[in-house]
Amino acid sequence: MTPDPRLIVFENVSKFYGETLGVNKVSFSLGPGITSLVGPNGSGKTTLMNLLTGLIRPSQGAIYVLGLTPQQPMEFFRQVGYCTQFDSFPPGTKGHDFIYWPLRLHGFAHDQAAKLTNEALERAGMTQVARRKVAGYSKGMRQRIRLAQAIAHHPSVLVLDEPLNGLDPMARSESIALFEAIAKQGMHVIISSHILEEVDRISDRVVLMSSGYVVAEGQIKEVRREVRDHPMQILVRCSNAARLAAAAFELDHVVEAKILTDGHGVLVRTRDADQFYLLLNKIVSGGLVEVDAVAPADDDVNSIYQYLIGSDGGPA
Amino acid sequence: MSAQDLVARAQKWSKEQPWRLYASQVSILVRNELRRNLFTRRRIGIYLLAFIPALIILTHAIFDTGRAQIEEDTQVLAGIIQLYYFRLGIFFACMAIFTWLFRGEMVEKTLHYQFLVPVRREVLVVGKFLAGVVVAVALFETAVVACFFFMYARFGSEGKSYIFDGPGLGQLESYLLATALACIGYGAVFLALSLLFKNPIVPGVVIMGWETIAPIFPSWAQRLSVTFYLKPLCPVTLPVTGPLAIFTVVAEPVSAWIAVLGLLSLTIAILVLSCFLIHRMEITYTTE
Repeated sequence: MTPDPRLIVFENVSKFYGETLGVNKVSFSLGPGITSLVGPNGSGKTTLMNLLTGLIRPSQGAIYVLGLTPQQPMEFFRQVGYCTQFDSFPPGTKGHDFIYWPLRLHGFAHDQAAKLTNEALERAGMTQVARRKVAGYSKGMRQRIRLAQAIAHHPSVLVLDEPLNGLDPMARSESIALFEAIAKQGMHVIISSHILEEVDRISDRVVLMSSGYVVAEGQIKEVRREVRDHPMQILVRCSNAARLAAAAFELDHVVEAKILTDGHGVLVRTRDADQFYLLLNKIVSGGLVEVDAVAPADDDVNSIYQYLIGSDGGPA
Repeated sequence: MSAQDLVARAQKWSKEQPWRLYASQVSILVRNELRRNLFTRRRIGIYLLAFIPALIILTHAIFDTGRAQIEEDTQVLAGIIQLYYFRLGIFFACMAIFTWLFRGEMVEKTLHYQFLVPVRREVLVVGKFLAGVVVAVALFETAVVACFFFMYARFGSEGKSYIFDGPGLGQLESYLLATALACIGYGAVFLALSLLFKNPIVPGVVIMGWETIAPIFPSWAQRLSVTFYLKPLCPVTLPVTGPLAIFTVVAEPVSAWIAVLGLLSLTIAILVLSCFLIHRMEITYTTE
């Protein structure tokens, strides 16, 4: 079968380090946009990224990135940029050279490589310190110079292992804006992060991992719907909370209806959100309750993560 | 598939390769490697290995006022080059230089940068190997020239005449050729060892043992040692007797040209093996 040149495809991929499991029987396809790999330490996120970029080889299965494999490095690494988690640099390297020389290895002439270097430095906010040795950089600066190197050659696939680690809030916000801008250009951005709130904000889809297995994968709302063991939480801000709570309790699928402490809303836990929304429409149209706002309270990555993996992650 | 088909395929493959880009990548890799590895404090041990004999000869030239014989000192120089440089100095320096090319980057956790650029891993092997060769050859050729100069400088006009009117210059050329080939041969061996083993020191010691005892093996086995090809290039025969004779004996001498071609062929074969090994290499810093 010819691999799809628009997708990143994992076909039944397993990786074992001796007898230790890295990842097991992973299969999924990713289209353009931002995909987040989420999971606790040792869940296999970095292994998956290293497999994707050819730094390690799968014990079984196949991986295609836009129809290419790392065994075709000349084509593959023109399409792929990888900002790893390894916080190490060639001794004595300056920020500018760290980006410029790999671009020369890409085959860019001096002028073009210099132009791309300056552009990448600017996008990562590192122009001012580019002529300094990387050894003198702060952790956040080292993180950003690695990011600058990964994006310098304008890859179609950008793989980022914990790219927000060590960044201050301003740099974090700028980096997220950069990822979003790159994704909007139709590129694939794959991010691993343990900062779930930010993942939730920027991701088009998530891949949830635990102990080397992919637990769930897809758009966040789709994944949440798949988690049937945990009733969905819906927050309704309304005028007559007690009446709404009473009406909700009459439905079989509602397991809890809790009036908020300020008395101006109800938190409903239901096994059938669609049925609840129908009831809500009926109540509203009957004029019994005046609704100000309705929002799902647990269809974010953090909730899904806790339902499926049962932990709040912690630093990767 | 016929031989003609094979040739046609090889020609087609060759035409499809971006040779100019490969050459440019090799030159960038060599440049970066030299900048990173040539003049660093870590290399002090290698500089000492290369220049200690020259310093000893210089000390003798300055302080040893006794009457010296050119023939005698020519034998001493031959002993230094054949027994020290070819057996120990170049061997250990190449071990340090060439095993560090990939293994050093593993230790420093920087090898992934080399694997994440659009460079074929074979090109990476060639680039790093050439960088190692440039360092080793520059260092040891300079050291051999220094030894040669200090050895004959004390003889004044007699020494000058020995070099320019006698066999001196020819001997120096032979030593320089053999030194370069020793660096190339040992370099290829240690590069391959560093790709095969996480700690190449123990296999390095085994190789040293093999290089020492190879002369007692059949001639086909001797061809698998670097020193087998270096001996025919040495212009002065050492009159060594006793246990040390094992270092100098030539069981089945070959001509100089066969020695050169033989060593280069052995080097290419080992580099091909290295290219195969580099494809199996994975970035697993945590297990290093």
